[in-house]
This record gives sequence, C-alpha cells and structure tokens, in this order.
Amino acid sequence: MSEAHGGPLAHHFHDLDQQREAASLGMWIFIAQEILFFGGLFGVYTIYRNLYYEAFAAGSHHLSWKLGCYNTLVLIGSSFTMAMAVYSAAVGRKRAIVGYILATILLGAVFLGVKYVEYHEKIAPCFGDGPHTGCLVPGARFDAGALQLDGARAREAQIYFSLYFAMTGLHALHMIIGVPILLWVAKNAAAGLYTPAWHTPVELVGLYWHFVDIVWIFLFPLLYLIGHH
Amino acid sequence: MNSGEQDARKTMSSQAPLTLPKRHYLNADYGVRSWLLTTDHKRIAVLYLVSVTAMFFLGGAYAVIIRLNLLEPTGSLVTAETYNKLFTAHGVLMVFFFMIPAIPAVLGNFLLPLMLGARDLAFPRINLLSWYVYVVGAAFTMYAVVAGGLDTGWTFYTPYSTAFSNTNVIAAGVGIFITGFSSILTGLNFIVTIHTMRAPGLTWFRLPLFVWAHYATSLIQILGTPVVAITILLVAMERAFHFGFFDPARGGDPILFQHLFWFYSHPAVYIMILPAMGVISELVTCFSRKKVFGYGFIAISSLAIAGLSFMVWAHHMFVTGLSVYAAMIFSALSFLVAIPSAIKVFNWVATLYRGSISWQTPMLYAFGFIGLFTIGGLTGLFLATLGLDVHVTDTYFIVAHFHYIMVGGTIMGYLGGLHYWWPKITGRLYPEWWARVSAVVVFIGFNLTFFPQFILGYLGMPRRYHVYPPEFQVLNVMSSAGASILGVGYLIPMVYLAWSMRYGKVAPSNPFQSTGLEWRTTSPPPTENFAETPIIDEEVYDYASPPKEARSV
Repeated sequence: MSEAHGGPLAHHFHDLDQQREAASLGMWIFIAQEILFFGGLFGVYTIYRNLYYEAFAAGSHHLSWKLGCYNTLVLIGSSFTMAMAVYSAAVGRKRAIVGYILATILLGAVFLGVKYVEYHEKIAPCFGDGPHTGCLVPGARFDAGALQLDGARAREAQIYFSLYFAMTGLHALHMIIGVPILLWVAKNAAAGLYTPAWHTPVELVGLYWHFVDIVWIFLFPLLYLIGHH
Repeated sequence: MNSGEQDARKTMSSQAPLTLPKRHYLNADYGVRSWLLTTDHKRIAVLYLVSVTAMFFLGGAYAVIIRLNLLEPTGSLVTAETYNKLFTAHGVLMVFFFMIPAIPAVLGNFLLPLMLGARDLAFPRINLLSWYVYVVGAAFTMYAVVAGGLDTGWTFYTPYSTAFSNTNVIAAGVGIFITGFSSILTGLNFIVTIHTMRAPGLTWFRLPLFVWAHYATSLIQILGTPVVAITILLVAMERAFHFGFFDPARGGDPILFQHLFWFYSHPAVYIMILPAMGVISELVTCFSRKKVFGYGFIAISSLAIAGLSFMVWAHHMFVTGLSVYAAMIFSALSFLVAIPSAIKVFNWVATLYRGSISWQTPMLYAFGFIGLFTIGGLTGLFLATLGLDVHVTDTYFIVAHFHYIMVGGTIMGYLGGLHYWWPKITGRLYPEWWARVSAVVVFIGFNLTFFPQFILGYLGMPRRYHVYPPEFQVLNVMSSAGASILGVGYLIPMVYLAWSMRYGKVAPSNPFQSTGLEWRTTSPPPTENFAETPIIDEEVYDYASPPKEARSV
C-alpha cells in the first residue's frame, strides 16, 4: 500500500514495523468489508433457496458440476502458487516471486476461460430471432423447458439464475481486478523492491487472492451441488 | 488567505501582535494542482469542506421549494411528480452527500492525526482517493437529478423503484454505490490510523472522545455500507437485466429489499449522529473547564451504539406484515439503544454541573444539540413502540423525529465543531457576535420548522404528499416560516466564516485554552503537524492543570 520513496518507508510512518502493521490491518478491514458485500448476496441466496428449493435444485442440476469441480481445483492451485510467491518473497528469491505470480495469473485466466465457456452456453441461445432453446438468462427468453420446469417453478428458476450470474459475475470481477494488481506486484518484484525485511505488498495481494478463492469455495457447493447428496 | 502576515498586522494592530506562523499547511504550496493532488489530510479535509458545503446548500434549496409548496393546502407551486423529485433530491443529497461525510470527512479528517500526534492518516493516498470517489459519485447522482430527476424517495423502495418508476434510478443508484466506497475508505483509514498511529504514551483511554466516536462510526461504515452497496447494485441489475430479486411478478420479495436497505440505513443514522456526539463531548468539557464526567462510559457507549445499530433495522418495517414475534424482539432491541444514548446525555449534563460554563458559540451549539437530540431520541422511543409506531408510520411525526436527530443533532454538532476548530483550520477567529446570533437563529428556526411537524404527524398528515387538508395549514405555515428563519441561520455563518478567512483576527494556537494535542501545534498547523512527535504523559481532559503552551515549530 505504501510505495517506495527512496526506500520502502513512507514519510508519515516511524518505522517499517508500524507501516507493515498499518498495511496489513488495512487489508484485513478491506476483506471484512468484502465479506459484508458478498454477505448481502449470500443472504438473498439463503432466503430464496429456502423458499424455492425445488427450482434451485433443478437449476443446479443443469450446471456442470464437473466444470465447477475442475475450476475449484484450478483456483486452489492458484492459491498454492500465490502462497509460494509470498514464501519466495520472505526468503528473498526475486525470480521465484515473479514466476509464481505469473503462474497465479495463468491459473486465474484458466478459471475465467472455463467461466466464459459456462456463461456462453447459457447466454448465446438468447440472441437472434429463433427459438431460444437453452437460454438461461432471466427475462422473456428464459427457456424453462431446458430445466423440465413449468409454471411457478419456471419463474422461481429465473431467480436461481439471477443469483448464479450475480454471484459468479461479481466473483469473476474480483479476479479480473486482481490481475493488474498481481502484475504490478510482479513488476515491482522484478525491479527488486521486495526484500525479506519488506515484502508486505506481496503478502497483502496474496491475502486478497486467497479471499477471492475462498468466496468460490463457498459458491461452488451452494450453486453447483444443491441436491447432490 | 496566503498573504497572512500583512493582514494579521492590519487587523491586530490595536491588540497583541499575533501573526500567522511563517509556514503552515495552507501556504506550503500554491496552485490548483497542489490541492487536487495533495495527500495532506488537512488539505483533503478542506476539499471535503468545500464539497459537502455545496451539497448542503443544494439539498437545502430543494427543501426551500418543498416548504414553499406546502404553504397552502393545494400545493399549487409544483406538480405532484415534481414534488416527488424534489423530496427525493433533498433526501439523497442531504443523507449520502452531506450528513454521512460531513463530520468524519471534514472534521475527522482534519483532526484525527492531530489528536493522535501523527503526521497523517495511515493511508494518505487512499484518503485522497476517497474524495475523488465522492466527487464521481456526486457527479452521477447530479446527472440523475438534472436529467429528469428521480422520484423514488431516498429509500429506493421496491417494487416501485425496480418495476414502475420511469426516472433515473440506475444513474442515481450508481452514484450512491460509488459514494458508499468513499465512506468505506474513510472508515478503513480511520480505524487503521487509530490502531497504529497513536503517539507514544497515548493509550486507548487517553484518546479524546471525538476519536472514540469516530472509531465507532468507522466500524459501522465498514460493516454496513457494503450491504447497501450490494443492495443498490441488485436494484440496478433488476432494472437493467430483468433479474427478479425484488419483483413479486417474478417470484421476488419486495420486503427483502427493505430488510437489506435498512440493515445499512438504520446504522447509517448512527454514522451521522456518533461523530456529532464526539464533537459535543469535546465542546461540553472544554467550555465547562472541567474533566468530562464518565469518560469511560461515554467512550464505550459509542461502541455500544455501533453494536446495537445492526440489530434494530426492522423497526422501520413494523407495518410490512413482519412476524409479531420478530417485531417484538426488534422493538425491545430498539429500546436498548436509548441506554447508551442516555448515558451520553447524562454524562454531558453531569459535566456541566458545577462547571465554569462560558457561553461561546460552540457551546451554544452544544446546548442546542443536547436539547434537540433529547427530543429526537425520546420521540424515537415512540417509534420503537409497536402500537404507537403503526399510528404514526409514514406521517410527519417520522419526518420531525429524524430531522431532530439529523438536523438538530448532526448539523448542530457539525456547526459547533466547525466553529470550535475554525481557528485551527484557518488560523483566523470567527466573529463571535455574529456567530452567537446565528446559533440562536438556527435554534429558533429549527424548532419552529420541525416541532409543528410532530403535531401534524400525530394528527395524521402523511409524509411525501404535495397537498393536504385545509385544517393543517396553520401548522404548515409555521413550519415554512421556521424553514426560512433556519435558512437565514445557515447563510449567516456561510458569509462570516468566508469573511473571516481573510479579515478575521489571527488566532492564537489555543484560543479556547483547550486540552488536546491539536491545540499544541500552531494555527494553522504545519504540513507535518508537529515539529517532533509529542509524548503524552498526562491524562485526557486535564482541565484542572494550566493549559500547555504550543511548542514552537
């Protein structure tokens, strides 16, 4: 959070310990704020899942749990490479930091690619004049037939997919925001700004990345595995 | 303002020749760039001061038209549609762009590092970012207001806001969403600063009560604001992409919106009032020349209010068909808020008892606050009572109640604090006579505006209507008359405070003989606040000992 002005210590701190303490407390508070941000969505999810369990289960069965599972493994892998980047910074291996961060970005990109495929198959049928078979975007063109639902259940399934897009969309947005930050840290690491004595930015971007992963760890079962006992 | 020394010599020639310090934060650098790219918390506070003042007078202008329209029962000045847009703009601008940022972002920003003996907030650039975020949010909202307006009320209730309103809900929602993050960033900065930037010897229980109040406020900003952010985002998504979260026609539940909205927006009331309480604690003890009574209780009661604030939201929803048992629990929890609030009031009164009270302007505002907050708080108990709340829900009783808290509380605290710290901020004294006159005018104007509204509401006049039955006219005319007095009361300080920046007497570093670290540096302070980091070896509010001299910088 504090950039180097002739050394990593910013002018208003007394020493690096104080600066480190302030920076990490700041990131933890930011994460607390993020938990409440996603918390509102999880609250909405909880209420509608209880009200409309059958439609939610039907919607969930339509998602590919295999793709979801694959993406979960990819993200856990990216958390591992991120943790290795922090470790490399702590022991002062400059090139390893850069390598592990680039690996983290790569795994993040794989996740987003899979997400794109999943989105595409739900959104693409909604365009054009034709019959919108398989369109799962809430609205007039929503194809409840794809879920073998009709009447009220069909309407309720639209709420499930609204939540699906809102929750996974916001999660993906957090990953996309993370990429330029990771690149910035990698650039600074390559320039040799981080030492075993001062590598707090690497730790903090790591914290952020782990937080985004943990959100997915909750999203995956809540969205993909309803009714799979 | 920058040719300070010459002015100082002119105005002070008859008295002790005080001069402004040679170098201070205001003349450290010149030019627009030096302000727009500053990371100095004091300059950012001044940026916020300018922005929230503009928003305050804009929001006030809408109130003027509203009160003009209500002068006579047929409301012939504006149409019903326009009236809806007017009270919406008034509410949105005042709540999100004036009252929530006013005290924290102006006074808090300026004072927190000074009170903590620090050189700046923990994250100076995030502090500047928060101001830009605020400005961008304000720009979106102003666009919504100018390009046809918004008619949902500041509460954005669904399904009206999602399915029926043909106004700029998305633009206004985006503006409020963005501004929310400005509030979050300020809160984050304050919490980290209070935890990690205290000067040596400044233990938690030596912190000024202003700091405690801002700590509690920041907790609410961090934990509440993201929830309203996601809620407003869901409303925008519902309008843009036909998501059905709050639309009964699509299986959604409009009441769920109210739960999510009030989960933030009730605590938001405490974001507005807690910093004002912090200001009042400073004023009461300073102008009684006495250590504040019950320091620990006042400090902890701020945290108690913050904690309770998250457990009372459904008292806004007693008429929505909430379960009886839930309503009873929320009612009981709402009553509990009275305890920490009353602790503060009783301790302020106990501080006054046998104090050596002086009637300077900030103290007049403090007295005004205590009286008006007490009325606002006690009528809050009416609204926590299930049966009575049903009778007065959506009437002018509610309007009167929350204006007593927000205007009678927050703005009195803000103006009191602004006067008290004005010499520190500008290096100039405000004209005492004019300031006392305006404090009295504000008090009279306020009560004349809002007390009749309690009666109107109790008699059954609904809020947000642009016409009313003729028997309510006398009380409405009283209210409108009071509003014009109140408006004058707000314009007078605007004029003499602006005047004093150039022509006011040069202020000493501690004009009110206050304790507290901010008075131990020069007025205005240098960019780095203190020449050397102060070391604190005495208790807080030590008014029994003679005041400490300012250290030369």
